[in-house]
Amino acid sequence: MELVDIARWQFGIVTVYHFLFVPLTIGLTLVVAIFETFWLRTKNPDYLRLTKFFGKLFLINFALGLVTGIVQEFQFGMNWSDYSRFVGDVFGAPLAIEGLLAFFLESTFLGLWIFGWDKLPRAVHAACMWIVHLGVLASSWFILAANSWMQHPVGYDYNPETGRAELTDFAAVMFNKVQLVTFPHVVLAAYMTAAAFVIGVSAWLYVSKRHGSRVATEEEVGAGEAEAIAATARSDREMYRKGMRIAAVLMAVAGIGVVVSGDVQGKVMTEVQPMKMAAAEALYETEDSCAPFSVFTIGTPDGQHEKFAVTVPCLLSFLGTGTFDGEVKGINDLRETYAEQYGADPGATYYTPGDYVPNIPVTYWTFRWMMGFGALGAAGSVLVLWLTRRKRDETVGAAWIGRVGIALPVALVAANSMGWIFTEMGRQPWVVFGLMTTEQGVSPGVSITEALISVVALTSLYAVLAVVEMKLLAKTVRKGPEPFVEPPDPGSDDHDADAPLTFAY
Amino acid sequence: MFGLELTTVWFVLIAVLWIGYFALEGFDFGVGMLVPVLARDETERRVMINTVGPVWDGNEVWLLVAGGATFAAFPEWYATLFSGFYLPLLLIIVALILRNLSFEYRHKGDTAAWRARWDAALIGGSFLTAFLWGVAFANIVAGVPIDADKEFTGNLFTLLNPFGLLGGVVLVLLFLTHGAMFVALKTDGEIRHRARALAVRIGLAAAVVAVVFLVWTQVQTGSVGSAVAFVVAAVCLLAGIGAAAAGREGWAFLGTFLTIALAVGGLFLALFPDVMPSTTSAAFSLTTTNAAATPYTLEIMTWVAVAFTPIVIGYQTWTYWVFRKRISTHHIPTADLAAARG
Ligand code: HDD
Ligand code: HEM
Ligand code: HEM
Repeated sequence: MELVDIARWQFGIVTVYHFLFVPLTIGLTLVVAIFETFWLRTKNPDYLRLTKFFGKLFLINFALGLVTGIVQEFQFGMNWSDYSRFVGDVFGAPLAIEGLLAFFLESTFLGLWIFGWDKLPRAVHAACMWIVHLGVLASSWFILAANSWMQHPVGYDYNPETGRAELTDFAAVMFNKVQLVTFPHVVLAAYMTAAAFVIGVSAWLYVSKRHGSRVATEEEVGAGEAEAIAATARSDREMYRKGMRIAAVLMAVAGIGVVVSGDVQGKVMTEVQPMKMAAAEALYETEDSCAPFSVFTIGTPDGQHEKFAVTVPCLLSFLGTGTFDGEVKGINDLRETYAEQYGADPGATYYTPGDYVPNIPVTYWTFRWMMGFGALGAAGSVLVLWLTRRKRDETVGAAWIGRVGIALPVALVAANSMGWIFTEMGRQPWVVFGLMTTEQGVSPGVSITEALISVVALTSLYAVLAVVEMKLLAKTVRKGPEPFVEPPDPGSDDHDADAPLTFAY
Repeated sequence: MFGLELTTVWFVLIAVLWIGYFALEGFDFGVGMLVPVLARDETERRVMINTVGPVWDGNEVWLLVAGGATFAAFPEWYATLFSGFYLPLLLIIVALILRNLSFEYRHKGDTAAWRARWDAALIGGSFLTAFLWGVAFANIVAGVPIDADKEFTGNLFTLLNPFGLLGGVVLVLLFLTHGAMFVALKTDGEIRHRARALAVRIGLAAAVVAVVFLVWTQVQTGSVGSAVAFVVAAVCLLAGIGAAAAGREGWAFLGTFLTIALAVGGLFLALFPDVMPSTTSAAFSLTTTNAAATPYTLEIMTWVAVAFTPIVIGYQTWTYWVFRKRISTHHIPTADLAAARG
């Protein structure tokens, strides 16, 4: 195994892992801020209980997003030092600005939100979560600008003397056309994911024994308690229903946005990285017009020979160009074009002629799974809206709500991972498209042993943390929301500043 | 822009970021290491952890921004340093992950074993990070083998030399003192007095070792500027210890804060104009000019820094103000303690 392979495995593993938590962070900050604002507005205790409950789940998730982010910040220099030297001038700036503008904002105001229940007036407290959400959006903006530059480098000059890409136009990097479609797609996908999580958790509680419609029997818990549980369960069920419906609306709206932005992304991608679109369809020969899109194929693993396929005529042309009779270039033609374009460029020490084709089965299937899981999720959200509508006999829907509830978050998290694996693997062999191959980016001074220690250490640590996190989430969900307690109001006159803290580690 | 060399400006800004990181996260490392020493029972442990609860994450972002700013302003420095100090940085990452998660997850378990495990993560993680940052900085200042391609040619053991190890010990002792001062400032009751007494004792040990280290640095690579910074740092430390002994906790904490700031600042002054001197040949040293990004990038970054750093400092200061109240055992909600014991 070569160093570059180990470094790639590490990057893939830790980044996909980081991105398991990131969408939930992006979306849950919004959902929690909405719940808290509803509480301020309506004074309905259910909304405060939901705020605190999903706030708690969000924090468990946030902790892992945070610590895995530290690894991200360091590993460019550790495993990809030649890449860092080459692009630092362009790529470092968004990363540094992300820290200064976004991370400080998020961490400080989240600290205020967590510990500020008895210190801040209520409106200020709610505002803190909105500010965290703004910070999270800023964070996504800058990191995606960095990544979009790798997909489609703009606003730079290659300096043969220093052998580096040098920034010439910062605005071009910030408003890269790839960035302009990637940002909405990623953020809306994150909203979908968090909404799916809220639906899933609420649905599970809605149908669970302790909290929901299947109230425990007298034999199970004793006579007096069964009655009390039944009473609270009836009112709690209404709360979960509210939670589910708000989230389902968010999910349906975001879902439409994801499809629309994804469609535009496909066109931009066909323009700037035609090979990625060809690979996504395993399209070897150029189709002059009306290229079909295969929903499903059985064939040889490299996609060269198909045995069975379900195809939709002309759909690929539409995805790639916006018209049903547009031309879509095939892999074989593109390979030749690329070799001509990049193989013979004089003076560019970083260019190597290769065969310029990414891994076809991976790009083919991840593209479909992203769309497929996402479509299932969107359909699920509509189903939930229908199942939880008023005047419906709750016991009939319960079983279905439970099933949909568990499936939704899993499908959405999978869709996100698939989308990223497609995007990043589809760019290969380039690390910066057209400028530097992945192989050239790796650290020359790092030994195979060091890289192996690192990938093994991080992967095993991450595996343990995944188990801890799942257990904590499950435990917190099982416990359900705390009963309503009027929170302290530091804005009011009779506030006791010496009472025990509302929240303490 | 501004009539100054932007490379120098960015050298200074990166020094400021590291100073902010060490002077701020230094006390939460100290608190982490001192949990088993200062706290007598579970409630006191929670008192200590809650003193840093709202701020540790914000403190750590100073590190992330220092890393990002180095990447942007001095890409060559970022590349050489991070790929060169590979294993120590990996250890630092793992230690940081464990101690950060301890803050968030420790109180979420039911059993004593769960809390004991996260306590170990907090203590061990804080200690290891403090020590390794000390080793790393001592080595950066003293110089490491770097070849003509700007690649580090040593290994882990190159860094574990006497000077590097001493740097590690100094940072651990300074952070312990700083942490004890912070606990004394932020708590009330018995633990406050214990923390003050301990701060004086560890402070004196830290003073002795730190003076040895700073003199050694000064002799090796010092400049006039670094000498001044080191002397003032030592004076601040002694003044801080004196203030602690006299029961003036605010002044005492300010003292260790300035000590760390000046000592780290002095190290950067000793480093300038190199950013990573090479022991292989002075010609291979990375400097503020040969490691820097282009003037255009530096200019953009300068505007962003000038516009936003004051805002960041503003709201971080506000947080400390919001949480200015001392915490004592009666602030720890007992209900969930009981629930946690089950
Ligand atoms: C909930 C998740 C989700 C869902 C339902 C979709 N996507 Fe997506 N997609 C992502 C989550 C995602 C992602 C993980 O967020 C990616 C990875 C990189 C990016 O920009 O977003 C992505 C990338 C991505 C790319 C690659 C962009 C590039 O490499 O330049 C394309 C072309 C699409 N998507 C298109 C679509 C279409 C046409 C969809 C639906 C019909 C769709 N996506 C649904
Ligand atoms: C969270 C979203 C992201 C995910 C899930 C992701 C995933 C991946 C994966 C799976 C690879 C490995 C590809 C391969 O080895 O073939 C990779 C490569 C890489 N990605 Fe991303 N990526 C994400 C965002 C980013 C961003 C924002 C950046 C830059 C700031 C980035 C920079 C890189 C680099 C430098 C590589 C080099 C290794 C390689 O190409 O193999 N990625 N990424
Ligand atoms: C591969 C490049 C990436 C790097 C270097 C990186 C860096 C980081 C760091 C250092 C943190 C911790 C911040 C803290 O301490 O508060 C973090 C968390 C986070 N990252 Fe990433 N990240 C990467 C990929 C992504 C992507 C692609 C997104 C979004 C689209 C993203 C969004 C977030 C969010 C929302 C958080 C949680 C908020 C927070 O912890 O402050 N990251 N990331």
